[in-house]
Amino acid sequence: MKLKKNIAVSESGLLFNPVTGESFSVNPIGIEVLGMIREAKGQEEICAALIERYTADKITIERDYHDFIDLLAHHHLLERHEEE
Amino acid sequence: MKKNELTIAVTGLNAIDSPGPGVSVIRALREAESFRTRIIGLSYESLEPGIYMHDLVDKTYQIPYPSGGTDVLLDRLMYIHGKEKLDVIIPNFDAELYSFIRLEEKLKKMGIHMFLPTLAQYEERTKVNLCNFGEKYGIDVPKSKAFHDLNSARQLDPGFSYPLMVKGKFYDASIAYNGDQLKSHFNKISAKWGLPIILQEFIHGTEFNVTGLGDGKGNTIAAVPMRKQYITDKGKAWGGISIADEKMLEMTRKFLKMTRWRGGFELELMKDKEGKLYLLEINPRLPAWIYLAVGVGQNIPEALVNLALGNEVSPFNHYEVGKMFIRYAWDMIVDRQEFEQISMNGEL
Repeated sequence: MKLKKNIAVSESGLLFNPVTGESFSVNPIGIEVLGMIREAKGQEEICAALIERYTADKITIERDYHDFIDLLAHHHLLERHEEE
Repeated sequence: MKKNELTIAVTGLNAIDSPGPGVSVIRALREAESFRTRIIGLSYESLEPGIYMHDLVDKTYQIPYPSGGTDVLLDRLMYIHGKEKLDVIIPNFDAELYSFIRLEEKLKKMGIHMFLPTLAQYEERTKVNLCNFGEKYGIDVPKSKAFHDLNSARQLDPGFSYPLMVKGKFYDASIAYNGDQLKSHFNKISAKWGLPIILQEFIHGTEFNVTGLGDGKGNTIAAVPMRKQYITDKGKAWGGISIADEKMLEMTRKFLKMTRWRGGFELELMKDKEGKLYLLEINPRLPAWIYLAVGVGQNIPEALVNLALGNEVSPFNHYEVGKMFIRYAWDMIVDRQEFEQISMNGEL
């Protein structure tokens, strides 16, 4: 899982795609997930970290994680082979 | 260090919901590093806001509408030149460009420089000719056709289906979803801008613009792409952001190289869901949002003036991505005497 290199992510959670001019805001958990993606962590590692930090069950966290990744792919924010 | 002072005349001082580029062009010229400027506004109507912006415009003269013909315009420009000793004129309206292009040589002999597309370039990219233009240069354009009467337009040609764009030859465009709307838009736009009316395939997607400058030899002197972020009901960008889309820059370079475009321009582009880029229009002049280009590091009006004067101009090779412009309206308080002076004497 890789975020496109040119996507700018601000500390407050604003994503800016310089090719399309689109910007998106993500919440604090989204920022955490993006940070872990940038550190090249995989799904298992990211979900495990979230389970440890938040009071939600594994199924919910994994579902939310996939929804988030799908959203990133939908907006073409992931490297092409990650979108497919 | 600032050098010589140039007297530059600029049109397009209006600022209605489809604003003219004049005020933005003047702001750019005021910030030029290679020359100082005395700005002469050229207006058509007494309520163009630029006339009253005395911190930007030193003096304004009214000029005749393009419908008056080039002789009348030339007479007026000779009068203004006699008083102001103009170095450069920057026309900013599509509708007046034809007259200025025709006068370019005569004005040059008087010492007034311009940097405009040739008549052939101007004609080739008109909305009426856009389809041929796309075919000739291998650029994707929407299907379009010009009509001189409503009945022919309503009998849609094969390949056309609703919704479609109904466009005036210079300005205005509306979407028609059925025959009734087509009739209404056709009549409304033709009453304002004349015939023909152009019907154009409607492309679903996101709107982008590129502004830039060609040197007339096929080189790209400047190019800045922008995504429209806030669009008015006239389709005008009221807010936008500079972007780094290589496809758009490539299309721009191709356009300039193949047409050997001379002067400022604006490309209106649409990107569909598949990422395919369509060229919707080529405006043969600088756009109203030109100050964004200055804000991101490319003072295009300054470069255009230098090209007009025959100075060497290096191409810009960088601009800042992610910089925004946000347009706003501003109420000026103006003495009636000023309005009276421009209305009655044609000068202020």
